[in-house]
Amino acid sequence: MNLLNKFMNMDRRWIYLITAICVIIPFLIPIGLPTYTTPPVKNLYDKIDSTPEGQIVLLSLDFDAATLPELYPMAVTILNHCFVKDIKVILMSLYMQGIGIAQVCLEDVKREFPDKKEGIDYTFLPFVPGASIVILGIGEDIHKTFPTDYYGTLIDSLPMMRDVRNFDQISVAISLSGSAISRTWITYANQRYGANVAAGVTAVMAAENYPYLQTKQLTGMLGGLKGAAEYENLVEKNLKLETRKAACIGMDAQSAVHIMMIVFIILANIAYFAGRRRKK
Amino acid sequence: MRRTGPLKLCLICGVVMIIQFFIPHRFSKNLFEEAVHWLIVCGVPALVIGYYSIFHVHWTKIRRKREGWGYSIIIFAAVIIVALIGFIWGIGEKSVFMKIYQYMTMTMQATMFSLLGFYMASAAFRSFKARTPEATLLLIVALVIMFGRVPIGESVFIKLKLPNLVEWVLMYPNMAAQRGIGLGVGLGIMATSLKIMLGIERGWLGGAGK
Amino acid sequence: MSHDPWIWVAAFLTLCIFSFLYKDNPFYRFAEHLLIGATLGYALPLIWKNVVTPKIIVPLQHHEYWLLIPLCLGFLYIARLIPKYAWLSRWPMAFALGTGSGIAIPLSLQAGIFKQIQGTMLTKAMLSPSVTPTAHIIGNIVMFVGVITTLIYFYFSIKHVGTVGKVARVGVWYIMLAFGATFGYTVMARVSLLIGRFQFILHDWLGVIK
Repeated sequence: MNLLNKFMNMDRRWIYLITAICVIIPFLIPIGLPTYTTPPVKNLYDKIDSTPEGQIVLLSLDFDAATLPELYPMAVTILNHCFVKDIKVILMSLYMQGIGIAQVCLEDVKREFPDKKEGIDYTFLPFVPGASIVILGIGEDIHKTFPTDYYGTLIDSLPMMRDVRNFDQISVAISLSGSAISRTWITYANQRYGANVAAGVTAVMAAENYPYLQTKQLTGMLGGLKGAAEYENLVEKNLKLETRKAACIGMDAQSAVHIMMIVFIILANIAYFAGRRRKK
Repeated sequence: MRRTGPLKLCLICGVVMIIQFFIPHRFSKNLFEEAVHWLIVCGVPALVIGYYSIFHVHWTKIRRKREGWGYSIIIFAAVIIVALIGFIWGIGEKSVFMKIYQYMTMTMQATMFSLLGFYMASAAFRSFKARTPEATLLLIVALVIMFGRVPIGESVFIKLKLPNLVEWVLMYPNMAAQRGIGLGVGLGIMATSLKIMLGIERGWLGGAGK
Repeated sequence: MSHDPWIWVAAFLTLCIFSFLYKDNPFYRFAEHLLIGATLGYALPLIWKNVVTPKIIVPLQHHEYWLLIPLCLGFLYIARLIPKYAWLSRWPMAFALGTGSGIAIPLSLQAGIFKQIQGTMLTKAMLSPSVTPTAHIIGNIVMFVGVITTLIYFYFSIKHVGTVGKVARVGVWYIMLAFGATFGYTVMARVSLLIGRFQFILHDWLGVIK
């Protein structure tokens, strides 16, 4: 019992150290357990996969570096998927910080697809403040909301944007976010303009978005690092695309830390009940 | 005039926008398009306020040599250097500006938030107890979801269809409660928006004179 | 091990922030303030090149002078910094709040309320064994009961006693279950942040993993 007490009162820094070890060891000795594909992820994959060649997918990186490890792998793998299938991409962000991340992401993906050209295969839109107003602006006239692309080229002069005016020409709008901004996309893009909206969200937000999946206001959803890992596996399996799967690599560490947390919570509860019984 | 004028403008803008929603006419569409564009342009100068307040706080700190004033100099230096690099050498791909963003800003922000991983492990260990029946349910569901959402849990209990069970829990009972909460929040947003428009909620007027 | 000096800078800053886990120290403070400064510095050229130039300067060069109206309205925000004229900042706020509320009300009502109520309605197909698998039929009933009971729990205009109290109690169980699901997922979210940083250290910097 004394041991349990000691365990309960151990310095928090020991817990930090154990957590760090549980993250590091699976990286050094990977197991590579398979990941089960959930329906919301499959739905988004199918939606993009069924988009005809030359059609447009809008990918909005509505997050900052605080949620980078979860959402960045989603952005990379969705871009990979679109480029492999020759689907054109409009890349943007409703967050100022997200614009920088989008640029880094684009540089990363273009290493695999050096032949993809700005204005022909993809368009990178600049940051415009106002979130919901920007979504409404795209719904009304994307050329007016974004007169130029990120690099200052007039949108009208970009070949892939010439026939794009609003959501009618966009197959699906995907928002990757760690906030409730995916619901802003639902309210404004889906409700007002009937656009197909999908989301990639942090695991914290995933459970909250299920009501919108049932009503089909969300076409599909990637939830947290697991969602990203599922998508990476689907892309690799079906399209034979061999890239570094950052999310899949992290899933072993997820398993280890989750097991550690479960054991810790169970032990803490045993100690709690034992303590309560002694008091009685 | 200082209070009633803005209140009237707020009401007029709100009512006009609601009415236009129900009129599928070209004029109504143009009006909406213009309003959206005006909102974007109108919001740009507001960014000055954000910068002013942070500079004001740190400038005062440096001037009065308050504790940690040296760190405020770091803020000013970083703002000036990063902004100048962006203005002089551009913000495009492979620019120094983007390198600074990628290897400094992104890195530091991501690391700052990753500390939460450690804190959560410590907090769950210390405070996640089955004190009441409700807390016990919360704990059991959390453990099932935690185990059923990682590859090791999925692999060990694949025969018991744990991944399907987790998906079912999320898709039905979880969704029901989330929807109930969401409906409450939705109605709350609606009520607040109406209160602002009708001038019942006046907090946004602030204390800037009568 | 990486030979890229930028990676080394990022690694140093990562370690500076991680050092806070042991205790507060000047390295952490340095990184913390550098982050604030670099973030603010990043925003300035970005706003200038992405927003001010294409949205304001270029249209004005093309003689679109009507833009001066929302722009002047926007500049009134800055009046908030001058106590004597602070009341002027209420005008752009009134425009933004009124227009924003007017746009949001009908859309939020449809997307957040009507669609969600519609999704809760049990249709024949949702309960028919020939169309829907048994697990989903049970799920649909569970979902319907859950939404109703959760809403009753949040309905505070009547006392939660007798039958209402019992129904509200069921709502509490649903809410606890949803919180449990959210917590289970939260663990994954926080751990992911940690994984991201360790991937950087082990892969990008030290190069000990693939």
